[in-house]
Amino acid sequence: MPPYTLPFEKPIQELERRLQDLRAFSESQNIDVSLELSELEKKIAETRRNIYTRLTAWDKVQIARHTGRPYTLDYISECFTDFVELHGDRAFMDDRAIVGGFATLDTERVMVIGTQKGRDVRSNVERNFGMAYPEGYRKAMRLMRTAAKFRLPVLTFIDTAGAYPGVGGEERHIAEAIAVNLRDMSLLPVPVVVTVIGEGGSGGALGIGVGDRILILEHAYYSVISPEGCAAILWKDRAFANKAAEALKLTATDLLKAGLVDEIVPEPLGGAHTDLKAMAATLKQRLLGSLRELKLVPPDLLLERRYAKFRAFGVFEHEPSPPPDAAAQGQA
Amino acid sequence: MRLFGGKKYSTIKVRKKDLPAGLWVKCPGCAEIVYKHEIESGVGVCPKCRHHFQIGWQARLASLVEQGTFEEIDADLVSADPLDFKGQSTYVSKMQDARRKTGMRDAVVCGLAAIGPVRVAIGVMDFAFMGGSMGSVVGEKVTRLVERGTRDRLPVIVICSSGGARMYEGMLSLMQMAKTSAAVARHSRAGLPFITVLTHPTTAGVMASYASLGDVIIAEPGALIGFAGPRVIRETTREEVPPGFQRSDFVLKHGLVDMIVPRPELKPTLLRLLGYMCNLPAGQTPAPAPVEAQPDSYAGPGHVSS
Ligand SMILES: [Zn+2]
Repeated sequence: MPPYTLPFEKPIQELERRLQDLRAFSESQNIDVSLELSELEKKIAETRRNIYTRLTAWDKVQIARHTGRPYTLDYISECFTDFVELHGDRAFMDDRAIVGGFATLDTERVMVIGTQKGRDVRSNVERNFGMAYPEGYRKAMRLMRTAAKFRLPVLTFIDTAGAYPGVGGEERHIAEAIAVNLRDMSLLPVPVVVTVIGEGGSGGALGIGVGDRILILEHAYYSVISPEGCAAILWKDRAFANKAAEALKLTATDLLKAGLVDEIVPEPLGGAHTDLKAMAATLKQRLLGSLRELKLVPPDLLLERRYAKFRAFGVFEHEPSPPPDAAAQGQA
Repeated sequence: MRLFGGKKYSTIKVRKKDLPAGLWVKCPGCAEIVYKHEIESGVGVCPKCRHHFQIGWQARLASLVEQGTFEEIDADLVSADPLDFKGQSTYVSKMQDARRKTGMRDAVVCGLAAIGPVRVAIGVMDFAFMGGSMGSVVGEKVTRLVERGTRDRLPVIVICSSGGARMYEGMLSLMQMAKTSAAVARHSRAGLPFITVLTHPTTAGVMASYASLGDVIIAEPGALIGFAGPRVIRETTREEVPPGFQRSDFVLKHGLVDMIVPRPELKPTLLRLLGYMCNLPAGQTPAPAPVEAQPDSYAGPGHVSS
């Protein structure tokens, strides 16, 4: 059972309670209700399918934030073997909101890096709720350079509400840490596969998000701003987050349609948190698929393609007539 | 010529009836009433306290490049509404307002120009256009500017002013950060100078991409420079922000920028820097010499470099 039930999952929870009651009744009274039980189980599956095929953008944001959802370290232990964690940015501290190290995926040796949330108060203090300081991004870049040196592909996992907005982070230049990652990941001469596994929160997500292949889990989201933040600005009220989520086109399906991600990794019915093993197995296969294709591409070509991929992002129009101020340009 | 960015420095309300409309402004630096012409005839600096007003792109260019040398590029790019964004107001109506108000097509103007003897690729962001926010057009124009610099072996200068990524274009806006930064990476790899000038304010998505990537980063006095806004920090962390937080003096002290340069000294400073960064002969102001050619491995999508 997930630690908490999402609002739209209430009908499923209700049916599951009835199922339990019925089982208890059948046992205590020694009455055969197998027919009723199987009917009810069918109904639960159907209800779940109905709910999960009609999720709104805001529902998906809730799933992406579910505290029972698998985090980076869950996938590292389920999909990978021989994880050797590496720590620190070599300058200021070890940011526990980003983890990374050597790991083996099937037979592939790689560098794996990801944002890491905590699940309870203690681990959330340690992980700073998965919101990295500048040092997290600098550690990530250090590990990527190490990977490049030893010709190891890089796999990153994104699950963060965003980079941590704090006085210390500003003093140590969080913006620069992210900018440098964007610049240097664009020239990293090894395959980079990015997977958004939960929350893709703005610049803090993109800071480890430049790669050759961008995967996103079915119910993950990736957005320029949190729905609440957007609602606060455009609707003047955070309560309109559901409307903002819709407007921002932040779901996996929207992003695939817009060509901003390459592949949606399907989740078990009911979300990744309902079946970690199944989720991890699917993800592992998809990662291996991408990795084995990219390994065949020579580094020069890999970088040309990576550049072209990001270069193509943007939608605009051409308006040939000169703007009203055109005359002023000559005088400048 | 429009000089003032946004509505922030409009004529004051208290004594408005005593003043001829639009002739005077209240200086946010010293609270004195300043004759607008006195500021406009200079470079937007308060004659009393040296407060730097936001200035429009024309005034900025006029203060930096040689007269008649600016050749705009990619002026025809205009925003689409890829998300069909509908909030309290639509992106289309916001865009129309911004265009009407500023006469600009988007928040950056890019081109080629001469600064003294040096040919440069220069981009000027203008906060008056939707807070200088970066959507597809700003990202594309900055990318093309940097690519032009790489192709023609020119120094690139970007005068930054931005509240961050443009929400109305969603993830497309976020991806402009990666796109522009990748272009800067290639320009840098070719050994070419990139200078960014951070004016009030330069924050969020622009700050976390090309604005932070200058070989030399210059801040204007009193500019707000940072990633997260002070309000967001206070709300998220309940931390009190120190006095002068994220202002130019603060970011200089913390090592985030190379120098603070008052606006009247910006052009001579750029020239001195370009002298070193283009390795021009010392002790004179020579004609722009071509920098030694280096092979640039990027030759277009799908092309394999040798
Ligand atoms: Zn003043």
